[in-house]
Amino acid sequence: MLATIGKRLVTVIPTLIGVIIVTFLLTRVLPGDPAVYFAGPAATPQSIADIRKQLGFDRPLPEQFLRYVNDLAHGNFGNSLSTGRPVSTEITSRLPASAELTLTGLLLSMLIAVPLGVLAAVRQGSWIDHLCRIVATVGVSLPVFFTGLLLVYIFYFRLGWAPAPIGRLDVFYTAPAQYTGFYLIDSLLTGDFEAFRAALSQLLLPALTLGIFSLAPIARMTRASMLAVLASDFVRTARASGLKTSTVIITYAFRNAMLPVVTTLGMVFSFLLGANVLVEKVFAWPGIGSYAVEALIASDFAPVQGFVLTMAILYVALNMAIDVLYGIIDPRVRLEG
Amino acid sequence: MKRREFLRSMTALAASTAITAPAIFSAAKAASRKETLLLVTENGPNNLDIHGIGTNRPGYETSWNCYDRLITHEKKTLSDGSISYDRDKLKGELADDMNIGDMSVTFKLKKNAKFHDGTPVTANDVKWSFDRAVSVGGFPTVQMKAGSLVKKEQFVVVDDATFRVDFIKKDRLTVPDLAVIVPGIYNSGLLKKHVTEKDSWALEYTKVNTAGSGAYKVVSWKPGVETIYERFDDWVGGEKPEIQRVIWRTIPSAGNRRALMERGDADISFDLPAKDFSEMKKEGKLKMISNPIGNGMYSLELNVVHPPFNNEKIRQAIAYAIPYDKIISAAIFGVGNPLFGGSSNDVSTIAWPQPTAYKTDMAKAKALMAESGAGAIDTTISFDLGDAVNSEPIAELIQESLAQIDIKTTINKVPGSNWRSEMAKKTMPMMVNFFSGWLDYPEYFFFWCYSGQNAIFNTPSYVSAEMDAFIDGARAAAAVGDKESYSTDVKGFISKAWHEVPRVPLFQPFLNVATQKNISGYCYWFHRQVDYRSIVKA
Repeated sequence: MLATIGKRLVTVIPTLIGVIIVTFLLTRVLPGDPAVYFAGPAATPQSIADIRKQLGFDRPLPEQFLRYVNDLAHGNFGNSLSTGRPVSTEITSRLPASAELTLTGLLLSMLIAVPLGVLAAVRQGSWIDHLCRIVATVGVSLPVFFTGLLLVYIFYFRLGWAPAPIGRLDVFYTAPAQYTGFYLIDSLLTGDFEAFRAALSQLLLPALTLGIFSLAPIARMTRASMLAVLASDFVRTARASGLKTSTVIITYAFRNAMLPVVTTLGMVFSFLLGANVLVEKVFAWPGIGSYAVEALIASDFAPVQGFVLTMAILYVALNMAIDVLYGIIDPRVRLEG
Repeated sequence: MKRREFLRSMTALAASTAITAPAIFSAAKAASRKETLLLVTENGPNNLDIHGIGTNRPGYETSWNCYDRLITHEKKTLSDGSISYDRDKLKGELADDMNIGDMSVTFKLKKNAKFHDGTPVTANDVKWSFDRAVSVGGFPTVQMKAGSLVKKEQFVVVDDATFRVDFIKKDRLTVPDLAVIVPGIYNSGLLKKHVTEKDSWALEYTKVNTAGSGAYKVVSWKPGVETIYERFDDWVGGEKPEIQRVIWRTIPSAGNRRALMERGDADISFDLPAKDFSEMKKEGKLKMISNPIGNGMYSLELNVVHPPFNNEKIRQAIAYAIPYDKIISAAIFGVGNPLFGGSSNDVSTIAWPQPTAYKTDMAKAKALMAESGAGAIDTTISFDLGDAVNSEPIAELIQESLAQIDIKTTINKVPGSNWRSEMAKKTMPMMVNFFSGWLDYPEYFFFWCYSGQNAIFNTPSYVSAEMDAFIDGARAAAAVGDKESYSTDVKGFISKAWHEVPRVPLFQPFLNVATQKNISGYCYWFHRQVDYRSIVKA
């Protein structure tokens, strides 16, 4: 298995080289001149030229590229101009925030969508099937920022149940010592239950917002895949043999239906991780998506490149993990050597 | 891994998450809350030092509160009860005494002034800081230049407690320019230790650390998330501030900033959109403060170099075709001072900004269009997407109105990152734009926006020898205190600008702030950022 993973890793290298070249070129052809942006108000042509020189943007493109690759090779993603810190620091501090949010959202979504999808398939055409359809349609057609603002309005502004949407922790709590960067895990590790509760309460609304949005693909995929399995011969045989309905559905049908669901989960996860920018904006969540967008607006190249590269690596890693998972879920699927 | 175990553990994980109780949040620690100010804004600083490359406006706020200047402005109470800085009255901050001579100004430093690390502030620190401001390039250097502060040789250490600035020429703006944010005093002893070969002014260090003698110091900074300040108890620059700790959180969504204020969770929300401001004011739950932005105006700017707007008659026609009242009511919800409908374009006062004599008059606009000899015009009207809240409705209203005088326009939305480079190109034919100057003098505005130096803010590319003569005349007269010729020149350049309308003034916008009712002491400053030092939480 390790050898297989190793082989997969080798095929990843050309992909990453491609990503590096494309992001470098893309950021250079974007409209907007960082030197002019950072020269600030009352800039003169002279001060703009000064800044361009300080930033190294007066050099020819190939030279800039070589310098960039050389920095990357040394683990240096460059400095973010807009936050003034190294991009690698920013990404390592912000990625866990996004990952924690996305994972929680995905988990919430799975808890609702998978049972709903299974029930909808088992009782096809019943009220629960219609409910599944309605929930999925509503979830996917409500824009995330709208759901987010609506939840804030109801649960924070009107009812006062949720804490203020001001990021990962209330201002009067200090963040737990960093081990994983996941506040929920870190606060448990340090035994700080108050911080755990505070972090969890901050997390619930944004996670729910993301969860609602990702309900649709998971529920629909579970339903479709269950339907296909339920119609297959071995399920009919199991039923005919007089096995209990629950055994037939859970042990036999559901496990076989999980493969496409896991694939969908992987897709949804990587999609959410980059696309939860709006949720991050609404809840002032210090995640990686909002960071990349802010950098893009400021023509701040280094973080944009760092972001795309990180996402590419994550995506590749995720796909590999899913491939490995296949083998565990279904012994018939094995990675070919 | 066995698949059965895996599946079982997944189920267990799902079950454990499902039973987590709903959020019950403990009561905020009331005691620390009282001494802590929670401020929310759309953006946070990107650099803690105004001398840095590309420091944004919120970064100016950090510089203002963490560094002292030699002198600062007194405050005054305005007719509506709000507090503002007083442009015409200066007082010492780090300096005890200021002595203005003919070609120099001498300062005596306060004896017990200390930096945050406890080292005393000396004239050498002042010299190093001013040298830095004129040397680093970019915005700080340009701002120093606006007060004729350009060379290191101008800054002289007389002794440890005495510092002199020599003038290169007489300029009324020199002394006020020492009270803006840029000439702050930096801890040169500390910063020299952080100088590197590539970074001779320790900009990398001050980007993430504060090294001043100001009333506050930054104790924690997470860019894009929050900035936390603690009070510096040995501050000598003024009265000891009441607030012990300031937490400044970035909340990008305007709706959530409003919700935080209305629920009483945040103390101050700064720089509100006009719409939120007018609605919140009606609700009356919070203290709402609004001040006209000094030396600032929104205008419609017309490129006078290229056809069709090189034709003065067309520009005047446009000035008569703008739906001014609709802009005030529908675009900025009445939160602004009109700059139109005055009595005459030959102005009789030097008040600034002051209205033009244009008002919406379609008949006159059509007549002027006919007179100009231009046929139907097809052009674009641009605005900065970063300011879409204000600029977009203005552009749309103008577009609709200009269609009636045969000027067809397409709206060109320019992304914020691109706006300055587009401005610098000077090719946009027509744009909705905002400019304001820190130093609140009309000749300063005209120097940037109308003079022959054709700075980036002179978007119409308006160049006229006669105009330059007025501007230079006013600056020279102000420097020597010749009030009569100053007044003639100021009236001269304003009238000329109003007649030829390279830019059509629309309104003077307001800076809007909401605070809880137990907060007092907010003061409007020319730099349009929050000064924590005067704020009191009851």
